[in-house]
Amino acid sequence: MNARLVNSGPAVSCFAVLLLAALAFPACAADTVPAERRSGYAFMGRETRAIQDDDAANPGMLWVLEGEALWNRKTGPAGRACSDCHGDARASMKGVAARYPAFDKTRAQPVNLEQRINLCRTEQQQAKPLTYESKDLLALTAYVGRQSRGLPIEVADDARTRPFLEAGREAFNRRQGQLDLSCADCHDKRWGKRLAGNPIPQAHPTGYPIYRLEWQGVGSLQRRLRNCLTGIRAQTLDYGAPELVELELFLMSRARGMSFETPAVRP
Amino acid sequence: MKRNPDRHSARREFLLAAGGIAAGIALESAAASPPTPAAASRAAASTEATLQAIRKVTGAAPVNKGKVTVVLPELVDNGNAVPLAVQVESPMTPNDYVKAIHVFTQKNPLPDVATFRLGPRAGRASVATRIRLADTQTVTAICELSDSSFWSGSADVVVTIAACLEEL
Amino acid sequence: MARAIVNLPASAKRGEIIEIKALAAHEMETGFRRTQYGALVPRDIITSFVCTYNGVEIFSADFHPAIAANPYLAFSTIATESGTIACKWTGDNGYSLTESVAISVA
Repeated sequence: MNARLVNSGPAVSCFAVLLLAALAFPACAADTVPAERRSGYAFMGRETRAIQDDDAANPGMLWVLEGEALWNRKTGPAGRACSDCHGDARASMKGVAARYPAFDKTRAQPVNLEQRINLCRTEQQQAKPLTYESKDLLALTAYVGRQSRGLPIEVADDARTRPFLEAGREAFNRRQGQLDLSCADCHDKRWGKRLAGNPIPQAHPTGYPIYRLEWQGVGSLQRRLRNCLTGIRAQTLDYGAPELVELELFLMSRARGMSFETPAVRP
Repeated sequence: MKRNPDRHSARREFLLAAGGIAAGIALESAAASPPTPAAASRAAASTEATLQAIRKVTGAAPVNKGKVTVVLPELVDNGNAVPLAVQVESPMTPNDYVKAIHVFTQKNPLPDVATFRLGPRAGRASVATRIRLADTQTVTAICELSDSSFWSGSADVVVTIAACLEEL
Repeated sequence: MARAIVNLPASAKRGEIIEIKALAAHEMETGFRRTQYGALVPRDIITSFVCTYNGVEIFSADFHPAIAANPYLAFSTIATESGTIACKWTGDNGYSLTESVAISVA
């Protein structure tokens, strides 16, 4: 294993040494989906789970409510609201978020929910696209995501999506960064074990956008992935990068059948 | 979240001073392995700040241990939002009720967390919220009853730091 | 931003103890954080919460920076009569927000 430690502070090098010591094993490129799949929900303490379970206590619901208001707000020169075309989201958006990222025929590539919403905004509402991680975009994805709560994750695995799925799978299994780790090293092979006191989950995107206690706010799957890449000291990817969408697609596919929990609460 | 190098050395010795609030606040033990002088003085200073904050509320009145239950997870998922509940045994009648509940921490930058004012209309002396905890420590709740007596309860919590440093 | 959510039963029996849950959207900037340049980010928190039942105060709370972001409160009251339960949050920099919910008591 190629170990290049750059001493960027006692905290990081201490953590890195800890990690490398724990991960002395031959590299294995096989796709090892955990035999027993569990949502990040299962790795949280009872009290944090209680926050997610109670809509009156779940701070993610503040974003969901805001998303509902935005859904009904007319925007753009055409003065069109999402509801003008899509009606009541409770009906029209049911199951939608659970099958994203989805293949976009025009662009011949998968797009995630954020990109889909922005495509609607630019093409149907003639409005400016919303910035990634902006309050409005998070609110809309939280609101649309909420309409899939309780439904099984179901992204398409067909001739069109397969090349992108495979690219995502390859990225998931690839060692990278200064810490020379792949996603699989922690999330397939060491889930359930602890990293500096915190349990390692299996990395199933079952509740995005999540209210993350660490962020003290709601954030997207791409934000989390960018943070993970920074965490292993790899060059992070820009929001909206095709490689991130491919990884999202793979992760959702890996979580196929699991229940959607948006808006989830996570540590 | 702050990193505390002494987090690993959380030895506690509860003083058996009768009715003393300090009994509920953890102090470093000299018996196991001695804390560094700096750590010991930091711990002492933080406890002193907490005691002073408590005294501002209770004045010279004695504080009895009992009636108050502080409910906290033993190991928090994240110190940014720790669910806290405080329950007080009280009939909550117009003659015998909880006037206020004050919550204090031992190692946060400020000892005061919140004050909750109830009354007989509450029906039940029970409040819940979410708090920030900077480090492994003891959280203390002081309750003031309608007869102006003070009662206290506390709970210990372990707070770790997030594993992956996300920001550069 | 949806600014607050107040949750309580729409109806209750007279004398029944009901639970009220109140959630407000607020970053609760502690005043202890520093920017990457070392400057202190000034405190900006909700400092006070008051709940009234048909105009009569039934519960209040003082918040300090140790209250988590998007502050949550759960407390109880006895359902005495039909009317309005109003929750008011006030804080630094002139922050003020009221959210009212109707209750029907039989």
